[in-house]
Amino acid sequence: MTKHVPNLKAQKISGGVASDQRHDSAHKHVSGTAVYIDDMPEPAGTLHGCLGLSTATHATITKLDLSAVRAAPGVVDVLTAKDVPGENDISPTGRHDEPVLADGKVEFYGQPIFCVIAETREQARRATGLAKIEYEQLPFVTDIGLLDPRKDKLVTPPLTLRRGDAAAAIKAAPHRLKGKMRLGGQEHFYLEGHIAMAVPGEDHDVTIYSSTQHPSEVQHMVSHALGIPSNAVTVEIRRMGGGFGGKETQGNQFAALAAIAAKRHHRAVKIRPDRDDDMTATGKRHDFLIDYEVGFDDDGNILGVDFMFAARCGFSSDLSGPVTDRALFHCDNTYFWPAVHAQSAPLYTNTVSNTAFRGFGGPQGMVGAERVIDEVAFALGKDPLEIRKKNFYGTSDRNITPYHQTVEDNVIQRIIAELEASSNYARRRREISAFNNNSRFIKRGLALTPVKFGISFTATHYNQAGALVHVYTDGSVHLNHGGTEMGQGLYLKVAQVVAEEFQFDLDQVKITATTTGKVPNTSATAASSGSDLNGMAAQNAARQIKDRLANFASEKYQVPRDQVLFLPNRVRIGNQEIPFGDLVKQAYMARIQLSAAGFYKTPKIHWNRDKGEGRPFYYFAYGASCSEVSVDTLTGEYVVERTDILHETGRSLNRAIDLGQVEGGFIQGMGWLTTEELWWDDKGRLRTHAPSTYKIPLASDRPKIFNVTLADWSEANEPTVHRSKAVGEPPFPLGMSVLHALSDAVASVVDHRICPRLDAPATPERVLMAIERLKREAAKPA
Amino acid sequence: MAGTRNEIRFILNGADVALKDVAPDATLLDWLRLNRSLRGTKEGCAEGDCGACTVLVGKLGGDGLVYESVNACIRFMGSLDGTHVVTVEHLRGNGEKLHPVQQAMVDFHGSQCGFCTPGFVMSLYALWMKTPDPSNAAIEKALQGNLCRCTGYEAIIRAAHAVSSYGKAAKDPLALERKDITARLKALRDGARVEVGSGKARLVVPADVDDFAAVLEKEPGATIVAGSTDVGLWVTKHMRDISPAVFIGGLEGLRTMLEKDGVITIGAGVTYTEAFETLSKHIPALGPLVDRIGGEQVRNMGTIGGNIANGSPIGDTPPPLIALGAQLTLRKGKKRRTIPLETFFIAYGKQDRQPGEFVEAVHVPVPARGAKFAVYKVTKRRDEDITATLGAFYLTLAKDGTVADIRIAYGGMAATPKRAVAVEKALIGKAWNEATVEAAMAEYAKDFTPLTDMRASAEYRALAAKNLLLRFYVETTGTKAPLQVSRSEAA
Repeated sequence: MTKHVPNLKAQKISGGVASDQRHDSAHKHVSGTAVYIDDMPEPAGTLHGCLGLSTATHATITKLDLSAVRAAPGVVDVLTAKDVPGENDISPTGRHDEPVLADGKVEFYGQPIFCVIAETREQARRATGLAKIEYEQLPFVTDIGLLDPRKDKLVTPPLTLRRGDAAAAIKAAPHRLKGKMRLGGQEHFYLEGHIAMAVPGEDHDVTIYSSTQHPSEVQHMVSHALGIPSNAVTVEIRRMGGGFGGKETQGNQFAALAAIAAKRHHRAVKIRPDRDDDMTATGKRHDFLIDYEVGFDDDGNILGVDFMFAARCGFSSDLSGPVTDRALFHCDNTYFWPAVHAQSAPLYTNTVSNTAFRGFGGPQGMVGAERVIDEVAFALGKDPLEIRKKNFYGTSDRNITPYHQTVEDNVIQRIIAELEASSNYARRRREISAFNNNSRFIKRGLALTPVKFGISFTATHYNQAGALVHVYTDGSVHLNHGGTEMGQGLYLKVAQVVAEEFQFDLDQVKITATTTGKVPNTSATAASSGSDLNGMAAQNAARQIKDRLANFASEKYQVPRDQVLFLPNRVRIGNQEIPFGDLVKQAYMARIQLSAAGFYKTPKIHWNRDKGEGRPFYYFAYGASCSEVSVDTLTGEYVVERTDILHETGRSLNRAIDLGQVEGGFIQGMGWLTTEELWWDDKGRLRTHAPSTYKIPLASDRPKIFNVTLADWSEANEPTVHRSKAVGEPPFPLGMSVLHALSDAVASVVDHRICPRLDAPATPERVLMAIERLKREAAKPA
Repeated sequence: MAGTRNEIRFILNGADVALKDVAPDATLLDWLRLNRSLRGTKEGCAEGDCGACTVLVGKLGGDGLVYESVNACIRFMGSLDGTHVVTVEHLRGNGEKLHPVQQAMVDFHGSQCGFCTPGFVMSLYALWMKTPDPSNAAIEKALQGNLCRCTGYEAIIRAAHAVSSYGKAAKDPLALERKDITARLKALRDGARVEVGSGKARLVVPADVDDFAAVLEKEPGATIVAGSTDVGLWVTKHMRDISPAVFIGGLEGLRTMLEKDGVITIGAGVTYTEAFETLSKHIPALGPLVDRIGGEQVRNMGTIGGNIANGSPIGDTPPPLIALGAQLTLRKGKKRRTIPLETFFIAYGKQDRQPGEFVEAVHVPVPARGAKFAVYKVTKRRDEDITATLGAFYLTLAKDGTVADIRIAYGGMAATPKRAVAVEKALIGKAWNEATVEAAMAEYAKDFTPLTDMRASAEYRALAAKNLLLRFYVETTGTKAPLQVSRSEAA
């Protein structure tokens, strides 16, 4: 890059906060020069690993004959459980229930048993197929529909939330109903699959390039697996080709195995699983069975709700505890439940251990809430939107959540009112009704659904972040922080915050790869917290340096401290202005420290899980979407005709980036609830493990008309970084409006007399079967 | 035939390449990334479904030099002889300046994580060269084979519309060097048979169709590779041995397509893309179907001949071709035979093809005047998805409004593409009305016992399949009401 020449007369810096900068790597993305781990030049002699996966669903391994594997061309080593020098465990929450390699027993089809290390990736893959493994089969269960959430095995302790007496409220209500919803999981389908490359160093040292959202955890897991201190392990990641939660814990396995092999052979080792292996052997979004009971009055006021959220967690806990907790934290969505009882059941199944995925259980909780709204609306013959509005949280009363946090920043009424108007909801409702009356096979549906998403890790200690800022003597800046870049534009946003703080152009800031060697003990880049936490930490570091520079200038130029002002690319000291770089040079000569480690921890939050009470969230982010669909009632096929979204991101740091998050989040949420179906066969094998069988949305699945607006009036009511709001996860559940629009279209075949109870994903098959069921029910004599 | 050559030759970006040592199963993607360290082209799935590996392949044909997007992950090196391979690295040339496609993607925020982006850039580049000012529908079609998990596509579509405001397609490097490249590709055509490798790793690129027939007769166990959209996965996913592999995708003699006396003859090497125009013109119902087979890259590689020859029960072209009464020409050495397409499919994995014999052409009758023909594909996701059930209908009505003849064929309902004989029987001779159709719908259970798998349950397949007959009936009544959901622009 050419050297930046700062404009010393500028009124405003280029690239500060609240400016729509292009992604810092965009020019490299489009040129193919952005370096992902598989693109890095391999050190000479690099070896390649391939995982050997279980072909039994639940079994004892009675014979593990790897002799043919070892004899295969190019094979250097084959690792099994006994070759793990430290602890054979990568359980992220310390429950010791997830081996790096299966030891004597396998608990799901596709569980890694061994790891072939060979001269080339192809040789490793070919050799893997030569293993002779014998199993003694054990009984298995993959479907949570066959389990009792109150009795069967859980992978982690469940949570109960209660406020008021839900049972009594439901019993006393004029109307009561019960139901059940099946809600599918979701494969992340990050375009760059998992990958780790370990490069051995001297002593115990090893450096790992890992496609991970959580370098500190990879560091700790590798140190446990190798039985060496964390200070010997450095984990670095410049960028991921997508993460979405799928790289919060799931990269540990590949990193640990690459590191073990690298240390055994004193050669670099790279492991990049084939897409099918990646999809088979790594976790996904939790699918749920939601049981609900609701009591309500004639007007649709909900009086009491009872939920059971049973989740397919897989064979180990992974993050299932906090994921199922967050489902409960969102079983209210935007609604005040006067009396509520909600339980989770994180069930053990013989499937891959499910993990984090954008929304982290929250969207599943909200889908449960919206189903309850639909039930009430159909029972009373009203438009679901009317029931929604009736039950929204208040702003001064009716504002206590099921976990006893007061909702202090509610803006849902305003969002809904604006979106209802801008989408012409009422007029289109009438038009659709007329259309449906005149169309025999094609039916339209419309729905407007709200979103409220809680911001903060519910594990309070995770809400901390560090940053490292160096100012060099030429005035250029090196920025590092604990957050990782997976496409969300975090690096750019944090750089904008730093540029804003110093008041110099964004080009002055060099964004550098996340590494455990620069900022330690970081939290995962997750829970939408990336810019909230790391932006504040980087701002803190910049302020420390700025303070030192200001003090120095005040002393050197003998002006009061408040007469040192940081203007665009320059500093005003009393009556004179000097370029920022000049002041830095002078400060260096005067031996002023030009580097700082910044730190931030989120204030106000606390959570008592045993009591189910606290303030787990610093604030909430709100949005709403309105979708219209056309459904073919002969085949269940559908298209999304139009979607309107209004979403708030506070005083956005970068509206272009935020718009991309909202658009992309909606489409991903829509995919989850429509065509993305995970399917296990009767042998317990996941059969949708490649894009040929697992269908994420295409460009041609977008709404034909797609109007997305960021609320320009939005502002965080807490002192977040420049009053912006988190944007990673909150847009994801906007996809719910498509599910509900489909449900509306389905219901039209029986004049909206019966709640369609459309399960998700609402594939054409589920849509058609729901239509058939409704027709049958409507035909039954009353 | 001008002798034998022991190397494959092509142009990579600007450079001439000659390879003496290349395995029959070596993929273009691995070769680019591992042998040439061109790592802008990414691997997302290694099965031709995500498009992260999209590159352009330019080839000489009837229309001169044509560049098409292809999936490098399932494209074998042996198939590149005499072509021009263009990767994302070629777009900027040596300049600092981004290519118009690239600059539009940057300015309209078309990338987030960036991993799929080079593939999108290449697909949009191919589109822009042909269609500088594309419609939404054209963009969506060009991007059916490219998955993005971050952006929700909207920003990419905005970029695609803007490309031409950043530069003129006529001034594009590939346009400017067109003459030169054409000349260089012509010079590579020496009419020789290419044989590379030995023992268990051999590949052959026959000189022409006669040579292909001779090669196959001599080595009936050889793997015939046309578009490699299926054979590619045998290698990348199942690590099957395909040696000796015979690459026929470039054989001019198999790439001919002509309509004569109401019959369209399609050479076995004609790709979906190449067939699209002629098929759409003469049999309009086939156009929308072809557009829903694979993504653009797969359509640029895959052939109708291959779709038939591999005998899959979920191939999309056999049912409509059977309903149309297509014939198939098979050839062994110099001997040819022509059979009804329907009889080619014997059982699952078994076709009426002798060792050393190959599919040379398929002959498709254009529907008679007054006949009604339709084909409907049902999938989980509208585009780039594999059939759950697909029904094709060819109806001839008598003057009195009764069914003179009807041929109905389905995919996804049995172990082979199959006629609905009982349903046809229930319709023939009857008045073509809804009561007849409803009665016939009850006959489906006699014809089909579909399977449950990850694409659909048996119940759904059975129900959707018979509903397609009802859709077909209502369509033939000439109704103006919509009968299918559609991607066409909103009113």
